[in-house]
Formats: sequence, structure tokens, C-alpha cells
Amino acid sequence: MALIELTHVVGGYGGAPILNGVNIAIDQSDIGVIVGPNGAGKSTTLKAIFGLLKVTGGTIVFDGAEVTNSLPDKLVPRGLSFVPQEKNVFTSMSVEENLEMGAFTRKDAFGDTMEWVYDMFPVLKEKRNQKAGELSGGQRQMVAMGRALMSKPKLLMLDEPSAGLSPRYVIEIFETIVRVNKEGVGILMVEQNARQALAFASKGFVLASGQNRFTGTGPELIADPEVAKSFLGG
Amino acid sequence: MTELIFFINQVLISGAVLGSIYALGAIGITLIFGILRFAHFAHSELMTSGAFFAFLLAALFAAWGIHAPIPTGFVVLPIAMVISAVLALGIDKGFYAPLRKRGAKPVTLLIASIGVTLMMQGLTRLFFGAGTYSFFETETKVLYRFDMSALGSTRPLVITQPQVLMVLVTIIAVVALHFFLTRSRLGKAMRAMADNADLAQVSGINTALVVRVTWVIAGALACMAGTMLALDVTLKPDLAFNIILPIFAAAIVGGLGQAYGAIAGGFLIGFAETLAVFNWSTVLKPLNAVLPEWVHLPANLSLVPTEYKLTVAFVILVVTLLVRPTGIFKGASS
Repeated sequence: MALIELTHVVGGYGGAPILNGVNIAIDQSDIGVIVGPNGAGKSTTLKAIFGLLKVTGGTIVFDGAEVTNSLPDKLVPRGLSFVPQEKNVFTSMSVEENLEMGAFTRKDAFGDTMEWVYDMFPVLKEKRNQKAGELSGGQRQMVAMGRALMSKPKLLMLDEPSAGLSPRYVIEIFETIVRVNKEGVGILMVEQNARQALAFASKGFVLASGQNRFTGTGPELIADPEVAKSFLGG
Repeated sequence: MTELIFFINQVLISGAVLGSIYALGAIGITLIFGILRFAHFAHSELMTSGAFFAFLLAALFAAWGIHAPIPTGFVVLPIAMVISAVLALGIDKGFYAPLRKRGAKPVTLLIASIGVTLMMQGLTRLFFGAGTYSFFETETKVLYRFDMSALGSTRPLVITQPQVLMVLVTIIAVVALHFFLTRSRLGKAMRAMADNADLAQVSGINTALVVRVTWVIAGALACMAGTMLALDVTLKPDLAFNIILPIFAAAIVGGLGQAYGAIAGGFLIGFAETLAVFNWSTVLKPLNAVLPEWVHLPANLSLVPTEYKLTVAFVILVVTLLVRPTGIFKGASS
């Protein structure tokens, strides 16, 4: 049984649906990467899972329970976390306060989790009392991921984690994602740097016009001449 | 020396009291703006109704024969604050929450709050008439006089007991708010939501709870401010409506959404208004001895006549918006 399973999900922001039947299934051990052209519904898929837009058809099952159209304050305690693409840190709050906000739904002590996050991003420990708004783009992305990890999720969803970062940071963020996955957190991410991201994806999904076009392991998709020609720029 | 004591009596004490009242009102407005993104005009009515709750409770206490060494208005303040907090929650649930649910724009909520203002003012007049009331009809306002003759002043330093208590209560409220916002989980969640409401939701923060807490704090502080104003002057149905504009100015000058900014803005405008209407001629009287014969200090030397006190807040507001549009403490610009 997959950790998360989307079956023929249809949805949008009112008006014409953007998702026209998306199927995704990944396990906790997986790194799932969604790629596709602009407007294919990649980010929309993540938002639909997270209850940020109305799902009008199909089902979303997470960790054995149906969560279609559930809101974040119910999903986060179940073990689902989301890092939005933009404005993903509380700029006026310190790094440590950002992390605390990620643990808002937890009733237990979260000191261990904070140490775990600081171990993963030592630079954040150094800057724990600095305002998140004063950090560089790459460091902000770390704060955003750290915040999402504070709820001890089973599945971490990331919307274009490498957007706007310098090539050096892109590699660093991807390496971190692989490391987080090795610590037992499932990953589902949307990426523009398709080729780079698919290289380490255990499940790859190519979306177009709100529907699955191709599904396979990352390397399989890269090797597929049709995918390469249409979606990976030759 | 007499002049200095006069200055302290007229400016420092009055300014601190007025500043406290503005600050407590402006905190509520700025918190509501930070969380719900609209200008809550009806805040004045929360202040006025809060003062009336305190007044009724004080009358009740007096009827029961309960007396305290401090004015009854302060004894009943915590109860009145609880009532006001519940009222604020009710107003949100009855009027603003349904609009938010339909995705109303901030301007719609602003207009709705003007409607609430008119409605509540009407209700207050219905129950209490248009007359004025005083908390000190049955009890006396204790005056503290400090003889300053040792310093060579013919005037004593005068401060009323309510004024001392007001400044103390404001300090307690501000310190408590500071600890709430920086130490408690819910207070931090409030700051998080004011910073980035979407991300707060994504983090799983219970945003409905944060909204409720905001109304509770805003309502309780509004009651505190209104009661203080009524204790300092008199209680009437348009008590706080008359000062809602300087309070808004204080919130904007401080930086909308910034609680500390609202406090700074409140005291800034409170002192500026007091200084502007202060008659400098009394203080400058000693100069008559050194000035040449043909120069006479006029009897009234205030910067602004008392009737135009309100303009002071606007001048500060306009200057702030021109020089630093986001306010002293970089708030939201929208």
C-alpha cells in the first residue's frame, strides 16, 4: 500500500478544472518528482493534496485514510508537510521561531526534532536568532525545509525547491533532499530542473494539461526518447 | 521651578495618560489589521461599550456596598474586559466572519465595521441617552499633591490616583502583551499569521483560533482604554468615537500590524497633541525679566488652539506617510 495515492484527481480554482485526472502513488522510501511544461498542473497537484484548492473528482488517500479536501491543520498532524515555492519563510521571525511554527501542531516536546534539523542544516544553528528575512535565498530554502520537517512528516512535498537558486545551491538542496529521504521521509516534489531532479527520482511523473503523460523511474524517463524530446528539451 | 512643575503637570502627566489610551486602542487596531487585513473602524465602539460595562459594574459594586482603596472603575476593569472580549468575539462571528467566508475584500469589511459603529452607537444611546456620566459621582477622585517648595516651586506637583493607576495598568498590559507575543506558542503563531497568513495555514497553525485570540486581546485592551478615558474625563456615548482618528494615526505611524509600533505611535501622538495645545506663555514667564521693555509675551502661546487638537495627529500622519510610508516599525504598506 502506497503512502500516498492520488486516483484520477480532478480539481481547480473554480471555473475550468486544471487537473483532469492525475494519478500518483509513492511510498515512504520514494523520491517522487513531478515534471512537465508550464501550466501542466504540477504545483496545482501539490496544492490539491494539501487542501489548498477544491478537488471535485477522484480520491486522495494518505497513510491509509482518505484525505480528499482535508485542510492543512488536519493533514500536518497526520504526517504531511508542504514547502511552498515562494514566500515560504516568516521573514520577520527568527530562524528558531520559524522552526517552532513548523511544530505548531505537535503536542509533545520537539527539542530532538530541532536538533535533527540543525544537524542537517548546521548553518541554521549558527543563525538561529537571526531573522529569516535577512538570510540568503539558499539559506531561506533551508529554513523553509526545516520548518516543514519540524512536524516529523512521513511525506514532505516541495514546490520547485531549486527555483531562483544559484547552481551551487541547487546541488546542495538536491543533496539535502536525498539525505532527508534516507532518514525515512518520503519526498514528492515539483521541479523545473527536470533532468537534474529525475536523475535521483525513484518515481517520475510527467504531467501535461493536467493529466499523466508518462510514469516511470527517473532514469527510465530520462532514457525514454519521447519524454526527452517533448519534455526535457531534446 | 514653578514653571517646570507646571510643565510636568500639564504635559508629562496628561501626555502619558493620553498616550496610554491611544496606545491601548492602537494595539487592537494594529493586531486586527495584521491578522485580518482590514481597518476596524468600530474599535471606538468597543472602547465606549467597554467603558459603559465598567461603569455599570462599578454602579453595581457601589450598590452592593463594595468599596476599595482604589476607584471602583479599576476594581471592575478585569470583569469588564472579559465582557468586552466576548462582545468582540460576538461581533466578529455575527458580522465579519460571514463576510470573510465569502471572500469579501478588505474595503467591504471596513464598510461593515462603519455599520457596526453606527449600530453600536445607536444602542448605547438607546440605553444610556446622550448625557454624560462620571465614575466619580459617589466616590471622590483622590489627588496626590507633592509639595515642591523645597525645590523652590510655589506650585505643587499634582497627579490624580486614576492617572497613576492608568499608567501602571498600561505598563502591565504592554509587558504582558510582549511576553505573550515573544514567549507563548499562540503569541508566536499570531506573529506568524500577521507575517504570512498562507504559510501559517500551510504550517498547520489553527488560524481560526488565532483570529479568536486576536479579538479577545483587541476587545479587552479596547475596554481598558475606554474605561481609562472615561475615568480621566467623563463617560458619554461618543467617548471614543471622538478619538478614533488619532488612534488610527497612531497605528499607522507605528507601522500597521506592528504591536510595538502602535505603542510608540500612541505615545508619540499623545505627547505631540498635549505639547501642541500647551500654553507656553506660563513657562516662558520668567523671560519677561530679561526681555526688553517693548516685548510682551502674549497671554496665550500655544502652537495650536485646543479645538484644533485633532489636526496634530493628521500632521504627524501625513509627515510619516511622506517620509516613511511603512511607519516607524516597518509595517504593512497596504
